Amino acid sequence: MEAVKQDQWEVVCTRSDLVVNSGVCALVNGEQVAIYYLPDTERKVYALGNRDPIGKANVMSRGIVGDLGGKLVVASPLYKQHYALETGACLEEEGVFIPCYDVQLDGDEVHVRAAG
Amino acid sequence: MSTRKILVVGNGMVGHHFVESLVGLDTDVDITVIGEEPRPAYDRVHLSEVFSGREPADLAMATRETYENWGVKAHFGDPVVRIERARREVVTQGGRRFSYDKMVLATGSFPFVPPVKGADNKRCLVYRTIDDLGHIKATAKDSEIGVVVGGGLLGLECANALRNLGLQTHVVEFAPGLMGVQLDDGGSKMLRRKIEALGVSVHTGKNTQQIVTDEATALRMDFADESALGTDMIVFSAGIRPRDQLARDSELAVGERGGIVVDYKCKTSDSDIFAIGECALFGGRIYGLVAPGYRMAEVVASQLAGQAEATFQGADMSTKLKLLGVDVGSIGDAHGRTEGSISYVFSDERAEVYKRIITSGDGKTLLGAVLVGDCEDYDTLLQYFLNGIELPAEPESLIVPAAGDKPLLGAAALPMTATVCSCHNVTKGCIIDALDGGCCSLGDVKGETKASTGCGGCAAMLKNVVETELSARGVVVDKSICEHFPYTRQELFHLAQVGEIKTFQDMLGQHGSGRGCDICKPAIASIMASLWNEHVLELPHVGLQDTNDTFLANMQKDGTYSVVPRVAGGEITPDKLIVLGEVAKEYGLYTKITGGQRIDLFGARQHQLPEIWRKLVEAGFETGHAYGKSLRTVKSCVGSTWCRYGVQDSVGMAILLENRYKGLRSPHKLKSAVSGCTRECAEAQSKDFGVIATENGWNLYLCGNGGMKPRHADLFATDLDDETLIRYIDRFLMFYVRTADRLQRTSVWMDNLEGGLDYLREVIIDDSLGICAELEQQMAAVVGTYQCEWTTTINDPEKLKRFRTFVNSDEEDSGVVFVQEREQIRPARAEEKIRLVASSK
Repeated sequence: MEAVKQDQWEVVCTRSDLVVNSGVCALVNGEQVAIYYLPDTERKVYALGNRDPIGKANVMSRGIVGDLGGKLVVASPLYKQHYALETGACLEEEGVFIPCYDVQLDGDEVHVRAAG
Repeated sequence: MSTRKILVVGNGMVGHHFVESLVGLDTDVDITVIGEEPRPAYDRVHLSEVFSGREPADLAMATRETYENWGVKAHFGDPVVRIERARREVVTQGGRRFSYDKMVLATGSFPFVPPVKGADNKRCLVYRTIDDLGHIKATAKDSEIGVVVGGGLLGLECANALRNLGLQTHVVEFAPGLMGVQLDDGGSKMLRRKIEALGVSVHTGKNTQQIVTDEATALRMDFADESALGTDMIVFSAGIRPRDQLARDSELAVGERGGIVVDYKCKTSDSDIFAIGECALFGGRIYGLVAPGYRMAEVVASQLAGQAEATFQGADMSTKLKLLGVDVGSIGDAHGRTEGSISYVFSDERAEVYKRIITSGDGKTLLGAVLVGDCEDYDTLLQYFLNGIELPAEPESLIVPAAGDKPLLGAAALPMTATVCSCHNVTKGCIIDALDGGCCSLGDVKGETKASTGCGGCAAMLKNVVETELSARGVVVDKSICEHFPYTRQELFHLAQVGEIKTFQDMLGQHGSGRGCDICKPAIASIMASLWNEHVLELPHVGLQDTNDTFLANMQKDGTYSVVPRVAGGEITPDKLIVLGEVAKEYGLYTKITGGQRIDLFGARQHQLPEIWRKLVEAGFETGHAYGKSLRTVKSCVGSTWCRYGVQDSVGMAILLENRYKGLRSPHKLKSAVSGCTRECAEAQSKDFGVIATENGWNLYLCGNGGMKPRHADLFATDLDDETLIRYIDRFLMFYVRTADRLQRTSVWMDNLEGGLDYLREVIIDDSLGICAELEQQMAAVVGTYQCEWTTTINDPEKLKRFRTFVNSDEEDSGVVFVQEREQIRPARAEEKIRLVASSK
């Protein structure tokens, strides 16, 4: 199992394509993935789907990141709801989620695991 | 039962207030209003402001449309001349008949002209209506000297008007002192001293015998003491007399010295007829102030709406006002005529301040007060007086300027019935209701109750009550901008300025905690931009910006952006128009003219923005900052260059202002406009700062806005030259940028400034805080470091990287789908998208 998943990791860009304390968007296996770079956190990179489930547009990579009550969040640039970077859960609307993607830095490369 | 017919005779302030109150009570009645003047009710209290630049139209309290919308039939310019009580009908001058079930007489008063020989000369005028103002203005044109007969409240108000018209002004009073009704001897003398220092000559104890024509001046007044005074015009303002002729002719009871007799329900001797305002005589007294008239109007409206218990109990005639710029206050028994009363007097002839309080013999109850030159204590004294609150052991401490603080009358000590705002009759109880109803700031309470929006005299008291009440309910008014910074925006601005902090990370490290959020990041980015004016896409700032600032364009609902190049003042060449059209065509953009006289191009994808802007910059366009909390546009009318009516070059001034303030980041967006004449085609009075041309220069209006809660701007200063105009706007904008809350428009900001417009004048014109030089310097720095954000961006490959839709692909966002409508694109709706995507597969 583990080996199969390993195969789904894809190199999408380099660290210099990321923007510190902000997001960019990559196209992974036909899906839009927002990648956030927070270099002073343990994980350093976080990835969520780029689609705003409330605003219904592909804009999440363009939101402001920060923290609320200790949770790392990104705010939708359309209607300002917050989504946890770790889980994709919306803080304001219960039951609303954005899909999470596995992401990691390997040296200068940014790897994202496409949804299976 | 058919709908009752209510007939209102008279459409002054009180008559209008009656209609407004009755309509507000939502009863099923048929209201007809008959007014003598050709226009609906207007604000007579502020009549003299017409001489300092206010337009007569601004005084209007209602329009014909207002009445139409209320379903009220209104007839103007055709006064009632006869009441036929037996038939319950009235007849107008034009011969029209109107019937009634109940009638309200609100005929007001007329100015008293003493029976003096020669007073019928055409250069002898009165001061009561807008038409009177017109006659005064016209006569003043060929006059050098003007006399006001009457040294009371209205007379001095009128003297101010003559002075503003540039006349050498005299006040002639029959009594031994000025404002004899409201002021005691000491107060009256101090007032005289101050008024004379302003260049107005005061003649008291003068009994005018005759007015004759003269050679040196147009007129000469001969007095009983054989002295004389030459003048070019005379305005009588020696008191008012109730207009009770209609009542007399129809044999309603009237007072010996005039006035329609009413009872505590404001009923006349005919139970189907009421009388309210200055034509009514209640308890042997005419109430010549607007507030008691309003109370009477409300009492009658309540009764007609079925609330029988409403009664008029007389009214307090205490008053506070500014006469010729002098603060004057009078409360209760100002003369100390109550038996056994004692008084405390404070007089400072150097500062020209006089204060006196009159108390009961035991010093425990306040009976009256006189204040001249300093009215700061008025609100507190009035509360003691109205509510019978026991005075402190040493009552004099209330008026004597002590080294320490005065004993404060806490808001908690006021009873619920205490009137805080007498203009709008707002009690402490009303304020508490407003807070219970969800208001949670001073601005909210003002909006809800109208408190402190009349004369504004109660501003300090209102603030006190609101703050005390909020803290009493345990509401800690937490003004922290968000969880990361325990400071208000104003405090953060100050910290950044004093500490010369230039990045968000330093700000967070020194004054905050956590990582920041979508509230504090853009707010601090804006502060950094106002203070240091670095490019918003420089590395330390880029992650702080809202998406609109990040992409220097406005995000629309589908994630695409709109592009708005600057078109300063709305002036654009045909060549540039063609470029806009060509660019829009090339990229298939939807185009629309904005309200700010620019052209908006919609539907650009983020990666297209740099290409679009490269073309626009090449053609000479600059960024329009439509995306920023910053100056948007300075709209203009065509002005004196082309217009037959324009008196100044409004387009030129608009371009100058727009180019000066473009790029200034502020707490909220800023809009402006310049009109070339008083017709105001640019709608400057709906802007944060609006400029209207006069024959002598520019009038400056501040703190207006359109939008969700429209607000007219206030007239701030008149007849400014270009240089002064710009200096004031520099100071105003910087003061706002420094002190406003996040996303607070200028109007709300001013409403929350203690002292409001007057305070703003003190800061900006009189430099009361001593910061004007600094404000100007700061503005000069912002103006001096302006850069077109797009020109810089398209020349910087690092910044351009951010505009890629995907970091790893040149594909476009497949979620953006357009359809055609009225020959242009628009975003596809959800169901259209599904259809389109399905058919393409």
